[in-house]
Amino acid sequence: MELTRRDAAAALAALGASGGVALGARFAADRGERPEEDGSRDGDDVPADDEAVRETLTAVASVVYPSEVAGVSEFVEGFLAGRLDGSAHATGVRETVAELNHLANTWHGAPVADLDSADRDRLLREVGADTAEEDPGGTTAERVRYYVVNELLLALYASPTGGELVGIENPQGHPGGAESYQRGPQ
Amino acid sequence: MSGAESVGDERSAPDGVDRTPVTDADVCVVGAGPAGALVADRLAGEREVVVLDAGPRFDPEDRLARQERAIRPFYDRPDVWGVGGERDAHENAGDRSYPLNHARVKGVGGSTLHWQGMVMRLHEDDFDSASERGVGADWPVDYADLRPYYAEAERELGVAGASDNPYAPPREEPHPMPAFQPSYSDSLFAEACESLGIDMHSVPNARNSEPYDDRSPCVGYGTCQPVCPSGAKYDATVHVERAEAAGATVIDRAPVERLEHDGDDRVAAAVYATPDGERHRQEADAFVVAAGGVETPRLLLLSASDRYPDGLANGSGHVGEFFMDHLFAGAGGTLDEETRQNHVGFYTSACDQFYDEADESQAPFKLEFFNYAGPSPVESALTGDDWGDALRDRLRDEYGNHVAMGALVEQLPDADSRVTLADDRTDDRGNPVPRIEWTVGDRALDTIERANAIQVEVLEELGADVEWVAGPDATGPAYHHMGTTRMSDDPDRGVVDADCRTHDLENCWIASSSVFPTSGAMNPTLTIAALALRVGDDVAGWLADES
Ligand SMILES: Cc1cc2nc3c(=O)[nH]c(=O)nc-3n(C[C@H](O)[C@H](O)[C@H](O)COP(=O)(O)OP(=O)(O)OC[C@H]3O[C@@H](n4cnc5c(N)ncnc54)[C@H](O)[C@@H]3O)c2cc1C
Ligand code: SF4
Repeated sequence: MELTRRDAAAALAALGASGGVALGARFAADRGERPEEDGSRDGDDVPADDEAVRETLTAVASVVYPSEVAGVSEFVEGFLAGRLDGSAHATGVRETVAELNHLANTWHGAPVADLDSADRDRLLREVGADTAEEDPGGTTAERVRYYVVNELLLALYASPTGGELVGIENPQGHPGGAESYQRGPQ
Repeated sequence: MSGAESVGDERSAPDGVDRTPVTDADVCVVGAGPAGALVADRLAGEREVVVLDAGPRFDPEDRLARQERAIRPFYDRPDVWGVGGERDAHENAGDRSYPLNHARVKGVGGSTLHWQGMVMRLHEDDFDSASERGVGADWPVDYADLRPYYAEAERELGVAGASDNPYAPPREEPHPMPAFQPSYSDSLFAEACESLGIDMHSVPNARNSEPYDDRSPCVGYGTCQPVCPSGAKYDATVHVERAEAAGATVIDRAPVERLEHDGDDRVAAAVYATPDGERHRQEADAFVVAAGGVETPRLLLLSASDRYPDGLANGSGHVGEFFMDHLFAGAGGTLDEETRQNHVGFYTSACDQFYDEADESQAPFKLEFFNYAGPSPVESALTGDDWGDALRDRLRDEYGNHVAMGALVEQLPDADSRVTLADDRTDDRGNPVPRIEWTVGDRALDTIERANAIQVEVLEELGADVEWVAGPDATGPAYHHMGTTRMSDDPDRGVVDADCRTHDLENCWIASSSVFPTSGAMNPTLTIAALALRVGDDVAGWLADES
């Protein structure tokens, strides 16, 4: 199933983005608590730039999205264009992507985008993102779950195409109108 | 601003706002939920009105980020509107724990920011429970007294409804907007109900079915409870903004800690705190307490003085007593066909057929046909240890064929079910926190079973596998706080009179479901709104007489 620009726009409409660079400073303070160090960070990671975030998230999407989904890189790009604003959230995404790439380099000798699909899957499980519960201020596993895996799953399954894959064309979070609930199965 | 964790920190950030008292105020309203907002809007054109609210003003720009909080598993419901912590600490005692911080929002707009927006009128007998049903207490007002105010409240909130409900109390005029059309799953229920002789009808929603009041029609975000990003669902910021446009002053982050009285049995000032650590006194000619069904009695109790050692307006001793909520009864299961759930977050059909069967042993109750049974795929996607095709398969498996029904059941007023002050626990400002002893009697528990029996019968007729029943053991509150400053003509038996004015203090009114002597089983807020509009008129009349 092909993801479209409309899906990316829909994901953004659901999750919010306003390019709020000017507001960024206001939120810098609420990220006070740094995650517990769990030994997997060496503290040198610089937050990833937009290009690295896009590449990494697209690579992860190829693992966490169902196989029939096409158009992933355009979707991720479109959706990130709004998400990578000046918010605390954007900073969290950048930092976590940098951390994930650091681990990919250390453990598999290449950044996430250069790993093959099986290694990406393995890396995410080695990090613990499969069993972790999301937490923006938690361990690496919990942050990867929050900022990377769930970021992508939220974008997909709050979009009409993602919803349709599982039987709901107007999923929660998507303003798909007040008619679809009245319609029977097609 | 994107990202659930990017929601502004309205509760503690310094903002440079002037929160000093208003000079020469005619009316001071405590609380900016729907009750306080409607009173303020009613009076603001003619009078100098100031509204004090304990919570912050929320930035409308953050609504999508709050919606993300509603969907993401990291956030609990109270996190969506920043409820909790020391400010909102409370104690539970008694048989049942009451999840107070799931049941309210503090801030401009009050709990309607989180509410679902179902708005029915009480039935005529709800006002005469003792005389007609042999239990509970009669209200000192009747349906007929409130009827014009109900109509006005429906216009103010913007209610979508139809006149197809044969069990609803009489009305002269149609609702301001057409009802929402029934859902696909309603049509499945309709067949089953028809063969059982159970009537289904539309249900009034404080939610735009078409553009109304410069607000958008419903666009189907499906997260109504706890947040509607489009503004289609009514919330009290509508009337706060209107009151401000008419000249009212609204001061946020200003918890009132006590009401002070003068020697003439009048309230003289509301003492409130501000984020800079200061305390201020807001003087006014008239005071309207609209702080919700738990904080209202708490504030009166906190305002004890030498003259009123048991708390202000508490000559009857009933402040805090008769705490009631509506009890939830439900059942659900799955069909072997698609049911199309979770497109919207509200319901479109109900059944009031059994409501007026109520008597001494059976409580009034109403039935609801859900449009949001079973899991929402996007929420399920974020939990679990699968992804890729495995996750897709699980979501397909989980979603698609759930059905469920709910019911709300009245509980009787009982003096032992009550809100008092905790002995040794204090909030962030050093004031004793509310202590809730919530008890539920047998009439309500038996009626839950009766509702369950009908629900299971309907589901079985539908051909569903019944997978859960929320009966007397699993019931919970509907987050409607009622009864704690009850209304009575007799100053020994109630806190306020039929006009919602306190018996003890001439210039103090209470606008809240805390005045309900008996609750009925209908969601309370339309009645709160009707009473608030009536309080507005009474205060206006009193002020005119004074000057
Ligand atoms: C999840 C949920 C779903 C609901 N669904 C429905 C529904 O479908 N239909 C329905 O009819 N009702 C529903 N309700 C209930 C509805 O929200 C309330 O009945 C309504 O908001 C009460 O209005 P109020 O103005 O009396 O109190 P609130 O809306 O609670 O507002 C009280 C205000 O007073 C302020 N305050 C408290 N103490 C002080 C103080 N000391 N000083 C200054 N300010 C103070 C608070 O900050 C708050 O803003 C629901 C509630 C919840 C939580
Ligand atoms: S379904 Fe309608 S009312 Fe509910 S959140 Fe969406 S737009 Fe608002």
